[in-house]
Amino acid sequence: MLSAPLVVLLQPRGLAWAGATVAALASFAIALALTIAVLDGQPQVYAMGGWPAPYGIALGVDAFSALVLLVVTGAGAASLLAARPSIDQQIEQERQPLFYSAWLLGLAGLVGIVVSADAFNIFVFMEISSLASYILIAGGPDRRALPAVFKYLIMGTIGATFYLIGVGLIYMMTGTLNLADMEARIGDVVDMNPILVAAGFITIGLALKAAVFPLHVWLPNAYTQAPHMVTVFLAACATKVALYVLIRFDYLVFQAKLADHEVQFALFAMPLAILGILVASAVAMFEGNLKRLLATSSVAQIGYILLGASFVSQAGLSASVMHIFNHALAKGGLFLAVACLAYHYRDLRLDQLGGAAARMPWTCAALVVCGFSLIGIPGTAGFISKWLLISAALESGPWGWGLVAVILVSSLMAVVYIWRIVEAVYFRAAVEGDSQPAEAPLQLLLVTWLVALLNIFFGLFPGVPLELANSTATLLAGFAS
Amino acid sequence: MKLLELLGYFNYWVFAIILTVGLYAVIRKTNLIKKLIGLSIFQSAVFLMYITMDKVEGGTAPIIQTGVENQIFSNPLPQVLILTAIVVGVSTLALGLAIVVRINESYGTIEEREILDAD
Repeated sequence: MLSAPLVVLLQPRGLAWAGATVAALASFAIALALTIAVLDGQPQVYAMGGWPAPYGIALGVDAFSALVLLVVTGAGAASLLAARPSIDQQIEQERQPLFYSAWLLGLAGLVGIVVSADAFNIFVFMEISSLASYILIAGGPDRRALPAVFKYLIMGTIGATFYLIGVGLIYMMTGTLNLADMEARIGDVVDMNPILVAAGFITIGLALKAAVFPLHVWLPNAYTQAPHMVTVFLAACATKVALYVLIRFDYLVFQAKLADHEVQFALFAMPLAILGILVASAVAMFEGNLKRLLATSSVAQIGYILLGASFVSQAGLSASVMHIFNHALAKGGLFLAVACLAYHYRDLRLDQLGGAAARMPWTCAALVVCGFSLIGIPGTAGFISKWLLISAALESGPWGWGLVAVILVSSLMAVVYIWRIVEAVYFRAAVEGDSQPAEAPLQLLLVTWLVALLNIFFGLFPGVPLELANSTATLLAGFAS
Repeated sequence: MKLLELLGYFNYWVFAIILTVGLYAVIRKTNLIKKLIGLSIFQSAVFLMYITMDKVEGGTAPIIQTGVENQIFSNPLPQVLILTAIVVGVSTLALGLAIVVRINESYGTIEEREILDAD
């Protein structure tokens, strides 16, 4: 049942795209089955190699991992389904099988991080997925992709190494790598200083991976220069998975046992989250390149997720987990629409996109729907998580109103930058005289609309992700108190 | 006594120093190859930390022999872990070097500043 990572590791040859897509769809189906099982009640646990949990490496799926697993495999499957036309345009034919197998390795790594219950195993899977995503980004057609990916490689490796130091320090004090076991044994540790240092290293390392402001400098360039479909895949899930590990590690292992840790964590995470939200939104308002604009706005959205987590309350956590899900939908849809646009527009600067709506009406409509979801207009998925975030902020104490103001201001900024896109594609005259209707290939367009409609669907009926988010919050907050 | 205690942590001091040296090189050097060398040094420091912590005083390699009892063993688990981490480090380094080669092919230089100027 949990062989998803292994299935995905198969190297496809020949019909590379078909093989990769089938594998991704299969892992999505497995994720769905797991989610249903988790919704039924019991979390799923699998002991690798038949060794029982504290000694062997355990894989486990609970409400939190089920939700993130859905996001990761969903993003992988959707982007691969749509990838064919766009990849054909951007990657040479003979390099495609290698490219798709790197893609599957990345997907396998991300899935592995989510299901693993072992701290060191998470490190290994993190490196697998990172190495694969370096390759994917470096596949970009522009030579500027190379310095961007080099920067990502340096910062990603430093982040992973920091995480490794933290895990080493905890192992030194507790003698275990299993997360649940760690949580139980930390209570017996006499000298808490190494654990505190470990918490610092792990938080910083994962914040680097998750592109938390101000450690985000690698992200806009890497996402802008990557092949379009790779951006869809990575933007929807790569940083979310790092945040997932950060939240899980912090709540499961540290919150309950370190004195005053909830205050430390809030004081560390909250200012960074607020700064990230405001600064990145402001930068996005003045950004001229469409892809770069959306990439910068991702940094702000990561700020929202972190803000929710930094309340250290049940409401904050469920808002944050909900936003992981909804932002993946909105940003994935936006980048899919961008990939459709890029099929005909080589230059994605906003002033070059004039008249696009007349040429590609369906693409631009999808762009607007997902943009609304990103802003948080009622009736779209983004509204649900912003609403939860605001109510959590109000609950969080005397500073609540200030935080609500931050969220509202940044939502206004999002209105501004989404409006700039809308203005460019709908109201500006075409640059050249050519205004023949020329839609993106049907395959690409269908998936884009599927995601756009899901944005509306989960805005009107947020039942399933909300239930998962709430039980996640109960689970994690139970450890925190 | 205090001094001896400090010296007793010799390996951990070396770990901290190597770590900082590596990180400094990554941040300060502008040559991409030198940056990767720094990254490698940085990772080696962590390997040293893991290897140091598994040492048990008087312990030997954990091999069970017939006729030898009450033998103290060093903890083999961190060694296995770090073997994996070394492999990860090597592949990161290889990928980094491959990217540098491609940067050199398309830009004709591996100096950070010249690359920034080129675009």
